Amino acid sequence: MIYIIQTYGKAFLYSDGYNMTGVAMTLWLLVAACIIGFCLAVPLAIVRNSKHFLFRAPVWLYCFVFTGTPLYVQLLVIYTGMYSLEFVHHVPSLNQFFRSGIDCTILAFGLNTGAYTTEIFAGAIRDTNFGEVDAARSLGYSTPKLYRRIILPSALRRALPVYSNEVILMLHSTTLAFTATVPDILKIANDAYSATYNPFASFTVAAILYACISFTLIFGFRKAEGHFLAFQKR
Amino acid sequence: MFSLDGYGPQIFAGAVTTVELSVLSLLGSFLLGLLGASAKLSKSRTLFAIATVYTTLIRAVPDLVLMLLIFYSLQIWLNDATDYFNLDGFNLDPFTAGVITLGFIYGAYFTETFRGAFMAVPKGQMEAARAFGMEPLYAFRRILFPQMMRYALPGLANNWQVILKSTALVSLIGLTDVVKASQNAGEGTFRTFFFTSIAGLIYLFLSSISKLVQYYLTRKFSVGVRQVVF
Repeated sequence: MIYIIQTYGKAFLYSDGYNMTGVAMTLWLLVAACIIGFCLAVPLAIVRNSKHFLFRAPVWLYCFVFTGTPLYVQLLVIYTGMYSLEFVHHVPSLNQFFRSGIDCTILAFGLNTGAYTTEIFAGAIRDTNFGEVDAARSLGYSTPKLYRRIILPSALRRALPVYSNEVILMLHSTTLAFTATVPDILKIANDAYSATYNPFASFTVAAILYACISFTLIFGFRKAEGHFLAFQKR
Repeated sequence: MFSLDGYGPQIFAGAVTTVELSVLSLLGSFLLGLLGASAKLSKSRTLFAIATVYTTLIRAVPDLVLMLLIFYSLQIWLNDATDYFNLDGFNLDPFTAGVITLGFIYGAYFTETFRGAFMAVPKGQMEAARAFGMEPLYAFRRILFPQMMRYALPGLANNWQVILKSTALVSLIGLTDVVKASQNAGEGTFRTFFFTSIAGLIYLFLSSISKLVQYYLTRKFSVGVRQVVF
């Protein structure tokens, strides 16, 4: 185990000398996926609660497909599947995008966490106390202002505990990136295993790193909940 | 365009493997979860500490890392053990390893689900059962368990969906499940997109069925509970 830490320590943390690897890569995947997911989820959660079937149905379908299938299958469809289609080869921009492992990984992760986050935010919006909406209406708020000032701030706060769970699950899902040749923590652990035939030590180092990131995230979200949900404290 | 090119039976066999793996892992983690929840609620401090370390560590580490860790190390430990006792060595097949690892990992999640559910049942229920002279196990089976299940059902259904989806990872340790079968078909016909989508559709189908079953089970375990329904 000492040998593995000495040889692969730097690669596990930030770089193998050429590229960003290990913890740095895992955190980058996590942040990129969560930003894409969040930006998708806020508008989609509003549309998800629309009165009109034609608006509601496509978002429901998106959530149904992406929460009903494993992320690994989604990654395979986007990474190996798309590239097997004929027309992708003929469009230079598409060709370049789908050939790169990390682009496909971030796209797949972002779409996946976007679907789960949409469901979380849509649930929080549905649970908004209707008295607040009535009060805002009686003060003459327009619908966009109602969402911006009343519904979204309160719904996003109330969604925070569930959303923090989703971020932790996303961290756990980033391990799949190594199947698309992205050098995250697990890829380095796998390399260390292939070189030393010591699976226990190699994967234990990875497990400890992931556990540290998880605990840091949990701690950070606790602090954030204390700040943003202070009104719920008794 | 939409023909399966003779890969249909293989993909079907893969889907059956996926379902078998999920059900067996569910059973394993269900039992482990009951044990873990009992340990967490028991008066023994040692049992409580063991169960707490188990649930905290397992839930902090990604399931894929645990799966690779357990799958590769388990074989080495088995070999060491069989060498030590002078037995014939045997190879752990990916299916058994998958059931063991998935059961072990999701046992931690079930422990938390069941702990919350046990605590939701009023204490007086168990006290009344004991006062009637029921043996502890009998009281557990007839009084605590049926009431606990109602509270545990949403978490249980959620865990089942997660287990079903995480069986896709087992193809990474060499099991020919529905994902692996579809990859093989894709490589054979150069239509990876089509066959991987088929695998995705099979998962969609399975999770839709699970939602239906969940609906009926919720009704069954909520007998006698009145709800506000519009």
